[in-house]
Amino acid sequence: MENLVILKKEDLNDFVMQIARTKKVVAPVKKGVKSFAFEEVTSGERIDLDYTSTILPPKKYFLPQKETIVEYDKSKKKWTPTLYSEEIVLFGVHTCDLFGIQCLDIIFSENPKDFNYILRKNRILIIGLECSNYCDENASCALMDNHNPNGGYDLFFTEIDDRFIIHVNTYHGEKLINKTGLCTKADKRDISELRLLKERKRNVFKNEVDIPYAELKPLFEKSMKSKVWDEIGEKCVSCGNCTNVCPTCYCFDIIDDINLDLNTGTRTRVWDSCQNGSFAEVAGGENFREDRGERQRHRLNRKFNYPVSKFRRYFCTGCGRCTRACVAGIDLKETINSLIEEKKGN
Amino acid sequence: MDKREIRKSPYDIKQGKILDVKQMTESEKSFKIALQGGDLLDHDPGQFVMVSIPGIGDAPISISSSPTQRGYFELVVRNVGKLTGALHKMEAGDTVGIRGPLGNGFPIRLLEGNDLMFVAGGLGIVPLRSLINYVNDNRRNFGKVSILLGCKSPTEMLFHEELSHWEERLDVNFSVTVDSAAPDWRGNVGMITSLIPGVDLDSKRTFAIVVGPPVMYKFVINELLAKNIPESQIYMSLERHMKCGVGVCGHCQIGGSYCCKDGPVFCYTKVKNNIEAL
Ligand SMILES: Cc1cc2nc3c(=O)[nH]c(=O)nc-3n(C[C@H](O)[C@H](O)[C@H](O)COP(=O)(O)OP(=O)(O)OC[C@H]3O[C@@H](n4cnc5c(N)ncnc54)[C@H](O)[C@@H]3O)c2cc1C
Ligand code: SF4
Ligand code: SF4
Ligand code: FES
Repeated sequence: MENLVILKKEDLNDFVMQIARTKKVVAPVKKGVKSFAFEEVTSGERIDLDYTSTILPPKKYFLPQKETIVEYDKSKKKWTPTLYSEEIVLFGVHTCDLFGIQCLDIIFSENPKDFNYILRKNRILIIGLECSNYCDENASCALMDNHNPNGGYDLFFTEIDDRFIIHVNTYHGEKLINKTGLCTKADKRDISELRLLKERKRNVFKNEVDIPYAELKPLFEKSMKSKVWDEIGEKCVSCGNCTNVCPTCYCFDIIDDINLDLNTGTRTRVWDSCQNGSFAEVAGGENFREDRGERQRHRLNRKFNYPVSKFRRYFCTGCGRCTRACVAGIDLKETINSLIEEKKGN
Repeated sequence: MDKREIRKSPYDIKQGKILDVKQMTESEKSFKIALQGGDLLDHDPGQFVMVSIPGIGDAPISISSSPTQRGYFELVVRNVGKLTGALHKMEAGDTVGIRGPLGNGFPIRLLEGNDLMFVAGGLGIVPLRSLINYVNDNRRNFGKVSILLGCKSPTEMLFHEELSHWEERLDVNFSVTVDSAAPDWRGNVGMITSLIPGVDLDSKRTFAIVVGPPVMYKFVINELLAKNIPESQIYMSLERHMKCGVGVCGHCQIGGSYCCKDGPVFCYTKVKNNIEAL
């Protein structure tokens, strides 16, 4: 357990301030009664360690809502692929969101590699934060096996009483720890308390939907013609909230803007949603996913079916954001339950 | 924020110089384009490019010429909106941006040595022409060749000169039909499906390559299966909304497949159980 160190909670403020002197630090802060967001902080004071799921996942730092990918100059007839990025230390990422970032890493590292994503990501140091309890009843992180960390971080903080036990996972993380000079080695007592916490978690986090992990893909495969999609389609208003807040949704549009000089300009990519009615429309008026139910079926197959064939992993982290954000009250756990019920009936 | 140039980006754009523009029909123009510095586009028949106009955007357009046509490539564009409209205003000497070639293209190595039946509906002849001309330029590598062409009316027909050339060639079996025509039209009138039963073919060694509007596929494929052409020998090129062209943005998805990267050419066996495909 060489790579476990201890930071006293009273030193967190110092820890963050030290890092913030040279780097942008981003962490969960409280925005309202039950709402939280990742935002830039300069000390530990505003950081909310007991935060429950943020409205937007940290994907906004990896795949900004709007980003320049090309700059052009009309008179020179020149297009230049361009990246704007910055050094960020991302503090306090829950395990479901760590998994979400790993999913995005896979997508944008496929050939042809997306260097806008890769080079930006390489400048972000990730500090995870252990969850000892559910965010709320909408989460299904145990079903998706994301209530415990599965890698994807440089440092991982577990809060126990008056201290953090920190797993140092990468050289970058180690350098950061050494630079602050605030951490000490973990001892036997720390390690056994860490083990206790993990055991306690086993009683807290239980499979939220009555289906084994491996059966999820077959369930969705067999449900392509399910009535459940029609039922959801009746309710859905195509607002796109569910895809915006999803840590593993990355669909985008590409848009050209021209500057005031009417000569130079930028090509940007902006988040798009497969829930938009015109998302799959082509010239001639053909729309390949005209129906809202079809679009919801597509969204969930992109979480529970297609990526498993391609990458052997589900693209749902179980964060519960789509349920929380849905203006029509469409609930992911309920949807999966309805599919299960329907299959039982058959 | 620090800014830097990215040297290797899937969104990199090459300059394409328009050499020649031809009005083909009321709404279609053809463009001869050469890459700057004489670079070869180096495409396979069936691939497409993203055509960019700064400030307006880009759009996927099939490469209509065969790679055997060197020095320049040809695009045929129907004016339907923003980018295609702006492109129609451009003239010889103007520059457009070219991204690509993209997509998989037709499986030429599989087709070699076999009989080919091309079925083109409407604008489908545009991408299919790249393969037809490739085959004609390498004619002895292929068996019997038939071309079935359907369009709405004779006035919408593209590539008049080439069509008459195909019609005259003894090594090509060419037939054309229109949905409706003036009385002076001497050819067939009726749906493209009506041409298929009459084709004399050896189903075991025939590959059918189908490109047309979305509604066409089901009907044509039923006719092809009725002729006993094996499912694994039916290929088609599908069209979807595209933005990135490299398998990420999600717009072109057909179930779990990406039309821009896994396609646009698909074998019937690959998509027949995909409820979003046909
Ligand atoms: C693989 C492929 C090959 C194609 N080859 C040709 C070709 O050889 N010749 C040709 O004339 N057209 C071709 N198209 C269609 C062409 O891409 C669209 O007509 C074009 O994108 C419309 O752009 P616009 O800016 O002019 O239209 P817009 O003003 O953007 O919109 C007009 C209509 O076109 C649809 N549309 C917009 N963007 C796209 C898009 N990226 N893909 C498909 N539909 C879109 C819109 O939904 C709308 O219905 C091809 C499309 C694909 C996918
Ligand atoms: S589908 Fe819903 S629960 Fe799953 S990762 Fe996306 S937002 Fe979270
Ligand atoms: S958030 Fe709800 S209403 Fe909005 S698109 Fe998603 S499912 Fe439909
Ligand atoms: S066009 Fe973006 S994924 Fe195919």
